[in-house]
Amino acid sequence: MSSADVGTAALVVGLGTALYAVGAGAYAGRTGRREWAASARRAIYALLGLLLLAMVLLEAAYVRSDFSFELVAQNSSTDTPTFYKLTAMWSSQAGSLLLWVFLLSAFSSAVLFLTRRRLREIAPYATAVLGGVAAFFLFLMLFYASPFATLGSPPVEGSGLNPLLRHPAMMFHPPMLYTGYVGFTIPFAFAVGALLKRRTGPEWIRATRRFALVAWTFLGFGILLGSLWSYSELGWGGYWAWDPVENASLMPWLTGTAFIHSIMVQEKRGMLRTWNVSLIVATFMLALLGTFLVRSGILDSIHAFGESTLGKPFLIFIATVLIASVALVVSRRSDLRSDARVDALLSREVFFLLNNLVLILICVVIFWGTFFPLISEALTGTEESVGPPFFNGIIAPIALVLVGLSAIGPLLTWRRNSFSLLRRAFAVPLAVAVVTVVALLAFTDAAEGGLALVMFTLAAFVATVVVQEFWRGTRARRTMTGEPPPVALSRLVGRNRRRYGGYVVHVGIAVLLLGVAGSSSFNEQKDVRLEPGETVTIKDYEVTYREPTVAIEDDRSGTGAPLSFGAVLDVRKDDEHFTMRPARNYYPSQSEAMGPVGRYFGGEATSEVDLRWGLKQDLWLAIQPDLRKLKGPIRRGNELPERFAGQAIVAVARHYADDPPPAAFRAIVSPLVVWIWLGGGIVMAGALLALWPSPEARRRRVTSLYAARLGRELSRA
Amino acid sequence: MDPSRKRKIRLVVALSAAVLLATALIVVSFSAGTSQLLPSEALAQKPDERFELGGTVVDGSLRDQGGKLEFAIQDPNGSARIPVVYSGAVPDPFREGREVLVRGELEGGRFVGNDMTTKCPSKFTAQ
Repeated sequence: MSSADVGTAALVVGLGTALYAVGAGAYAGRTGRREWAASARRAIYALLGLLLLAMVLLEAAYVRSDFSFELVAQNSSTDTPTFYKLTAMWSSQAGSLLLWVFLLSAFSSAVLFLTRRRLREIAPYATAVLGGVAAFFLFLMLFYASPFATLGSPPVEGSGLNPLLRHPAMMFHPPMLYTGYVGFTIPFAFAVGALLKRRTGPEWIRATRRFALVAWTFLGFGILLGSLWSYSELGWGGYWAWDPVENASLMPWLTGTAFIHSIMVQEKRGMLRTWNVSLIVATFMLALLGTFLVRSGILDSIHAFGESTLGKPFLIFIATVLIASVALVVSRRSDLRSDARVDALLSREVFFLLNNLVLILICVVIFWGTFFPLISEALTGTEESVGPPFFNGIIAPIALVLVGLSAIGPLLTWRRNSFSLLRRAFAVPLAVAVVTVVALLAFTDAAEGGLALVMFTLAAFVATVVVQEFWRGTRARRTMTGEPPPVALSRLVGRNRRRYGGYVVHVGIAVLLLGVAGSSSFNEQKDVRLEPGETVTIKDYEVTYREPTVAIEDDRSGTGAPLSFGAVLDVRKDDEHFTMRPARNYYPSQSEAMGPVGRYFGGEATSEVDLRWGLKQDLWLAIQPDLRKLKGPIRRGNELPERFAGQAIVAVARHYADDPPPAAFRAIVSPLVVWIWLGGGIVMAGALLALWPSPEARRRRVTSLYAARLGRELSRA
Repeated sequence: MDPSRKRKIRLVVALSAAVLLATALIVVSFSAGTSQLLPSEALAQKPDERFELGGTVVDGSLRDQGGKLEFAIQDPNGSARIPVVYSGAVPDPFREGREVLVRGELEGGRFVGNDMTTKCPSKFTAQ
């Protein structure tokens, strides 16, 4: 029995196991029989084991280049570097489905293990939901896109991984996005369990909020990595293009952001129950939609897997889940009534609600713009699309409102606020904001970009608010306990991690958006053709094309490209001198028609951008070498006997370096881009701070375990 | 004011805000939208404003004119074709036989474009 057969068998048994978990979980949910709940839970653990086996088998096939696996033959090859062999799995449709369901089973096992002694009513139904989602993905793999499909006559060499995907981010970007998508399944499943059992209190939220936060963090990090990738590698020179698939990943992140805010209102005040279950349903649906969009080919996107047959089953699944969820929420509306009402408009809960509405509004605009080609075709018969100006024009002002809300919210208390309290809270941040505006107007040209000016001011406001919150908290704690300031600060943060982590996230988002505002308002781009020795000036940089470079079997970035043409450029800025080396990698084509030499020059090519980072601005350079002059030498090389092909390739490549034609360059100076990544880093740090279990939570858990044990012993006695 | 009336007013305010926003979104997107046309549709309609021409780059039609690319785009079924003069950034996956979406306008019988999107090569994703 081959390892492909074992893999398929693992998937078949996995489907059976998942279906068993659905049945056992639902039965346990109805009858409350604990042994069935435990059995359903263990089925999910078993599923994790089976899918781990499948993952290992597939990765092993990639590593040993077993081309009898259809997938391996399609997107790997013997000369693909090992790092990219390992990542090739999720560049394929079927492999990415396997990764998705593997991550789902891992998350499900973790949450079911952690809640095994709690939530006895909700957990069995949640287990059934998780099993159901896993079963759907296993069904897709078994009947539509099998990762273990084999070829009767395996080729000698595979096609290799798409050169565009050969970037270190390939190892982390897709798995992180998937972890984010998958992670939101957990709170969704528990929400469904809570609704079915009419236990709509805060228990399901407490049990799964950490998972929601983990999902949110991973999804955010995945999105950020993707934009860093497109900025530094893909030769687009942009970090965000409002591509449908980018939008699809941003939408669940936005509703997820709304969710992790609004659940706090339910925890503290018992309000917004319907809203919270609706948000998590929407987030899960959008996560499914994101997974689906990449596969359907219904929208034009660089990310698409190409037309495939998965569209229909996926759409049916999404529609079914949506209808069932809405029906469930509607049927339980009497259980979802709020415990309390809004006391005053100036209260933290109202600002949470406003923040939610703004996030949802952004999400609706993105949804509309993303699906506009389909909407307009349905309405007018012509397919129309809206470009980045549409998104930027509408979303930028809304984003400013959002940042403003994130600054005001933390200063308000729950229920109601007095004006004297507000005056004290807002005095310093407002003063700092005013000073910032004045300073920006006086010393910089920020006034030319109105949105950027507002954004800079808001960022200063947010940062001051957060510093002030840390300061006030520390001072209060110091007065109470008499601890020295550093101890007071670290204990303050340590005991309120979610709150202070959240504040750090606010600062990070403000810094990130500051980078976005700066780089989009003041960026300059030039496309030029330069002969060696010629100079182009962009902003305050003088860029001179010194000489061409040719690398044969020596690709600096380790992507396995046999040929690379590039340039050395001398850059001068005031007293600063440095050199930059953008290049373009060439991957051999599989086409025989181009000839043994020609195929090395006529295949896929990818830009290897060179970037000079700076806190104030980045200089970004890409090159498009002109290989037309090589046609003659290539033709002569093709006519040589095959065994001289290697030498001929080297000779042709040298020909380019000896007599270089003008090359096309794209130079971009983007100010403040670094702040996007720095802001992203701050967001992640804040999220980790919020996620870290606090010492008190750990103690509470231990005490509750003791209490439970004591209870059991007493009942036995 | 009694609470039920207050609730009604709130509902009306919220609904009218939503309707207003939706209308704004529809108006803005339809005025900002550019149509996507296949060569056969573009030849039939002859639009005089910017649009997106989508289709397959015809094999053997690509000429690099030093800073400008000349190629032809045809319907995926091969029925109609339009010659294209393109100046602008060339995405890495661009080549003959690939599906592309070029933004620009018709001038004479040719399509002059300066921005394009390419679809990923199906070679790596054939299902």
